[in-house]
Amino acid sequence: MKSSVATPPYTLNHPRWYRKRVSTYWWLLRWEYLRFVLREISSVFVAWFVVLTIVQIYAVSRGPDAYAEFQDFLKNPFVLALNVISFFFVVFHSITWFNLSARAMAIRIGGKRVPGFLISGPNFAAWLVISALIAWLLLRE
Amino acid sequence: MADTIKLEISRYSPETDAAPHFQSFEVPFRRDWVVLDALNYIKDKQDGSLTYRWSCRMGICGSCGMLVNGEPKLTCATFLADYAPASIRVEPLRNFPIVRDLVIAMNDFMRKFQKMKPWLIRKEEKPVSEGEYLQTPEQLDAYKQFSMCINCMLCYAACPVYGLDPLFAGPAAIALAQRYNLDSRDQGAKDRFPVLSQHDAIWGCTFVGECTRVCPKHVDPAGAIQQYKLTAALDWVKSVVMPWGGK
Ligand code: SF4
Ligand code: FES
Repeated sequence: MKSSVATPPYTLNHPRWYRKRVSTYWWLLRWEYLRFVLREISSVFVAWFVVLTIVQIYAVSRGPDAYAEFQDFLKNPFVLALNVISFFFVVFHSITWFNLSARAMAIRIGGKRVPGFLISGPNFAAWLVISALIAWLLLRE
Repeated sequence: MADTIKLEISRYSPETDAAPHFQSFEVPFRRDWVVLDALNYIKDKQDGSLTYRWSCRMGICGSCGMLVNGEPKLTCATFLADYAPASIRVEPLRNFPIVRDLVIAMNDFMRKFQKMKPWLIRKEEKPVSEGEYLQTPEQLDAYKQFSMCINCMLCYAACPVYGLDPLFAGPAAIALAQRYNLDSRDQGAKDRFPVLSQHDAIWGCTFVGECTRVCPKHVDPAGAIQQYKLTAALDWVKSVVMPWGGK
């Protein structure tokens, strides 16, 4: 016979529990929360850069006239401002990403965990070197 | 220095109150007192109805977590002297339903723990007569940090993602799953994968990092989550590159 003991009355979510609503302005409570929300928003700007790059490549493929037109578009003050803002967001996004890499990779050598800066450090260094290289390629002459 | 200190304590009686409100208490100020000592003093001498959880007084049972001036803290490890002479605000942990005064309902938290299958899973149990599953100190080190969790729920109170999305598995539960995944005696990583690799588990985390900051045991739940993201991503890459390579 199956157990005849009835399950005790148990209310999973008691009606008298008080639930606080999350305030609409919760993200202003702490700098860490604001940073989190900004980082979420940064994805929009990252996406914008991706679209811009695709359009740029397309313009290059269509010849010098199309490219000049694209450059005019870039000179528009509104686009310029948007790109400056996007640039900062993308940098912010990248810094987070490299800092995260140190936390995501738990590498052990000889039983000891490799300290974070040895993992994120080379990432940052590579970022700088590659950026410098690209800047040099673009800016020479 | 003043010989008393003021505590503003959040009170909520489910029988009579529609919402929590603050009540002030004046307690003796002593250098060696933590917030929990002050609460015990109030309960003994001033208002026996004040309700809160505690047990060990030494940062190991994980039951005395509350918000102290808005910050998730173990009240048995939070000294009055760090706040005096200003008054101190004590509230129940954020992001959980309040049962009474400073007591929150932890049902959701417990359910999330259970979902992670937090026990050693073996493909085949070996008979007791063959002895224990042995482990080297290095193998222990691989997961030890994640095993230090005392289930205090401070990380859930600090996590805005959990506050916004109650379905999110949350920091401690994911760290717990990793504690077993990384245990050399465990063979259950595949069983936990479908639970972990979900939008409401690891992918819900956006690396706010507050859980790690408030954790009194240095568990680094944020690290656990990022590490599992890497594992899950590599797993996905493997399944694309070598679809035949049986999981
Ligand atoms: S991970 Fe840390 S903060 Fe979270 S429940 Fe465990 S001990 Fe508490
Ligand atoms: S009373 Fe046990 S952790 Fe504070």
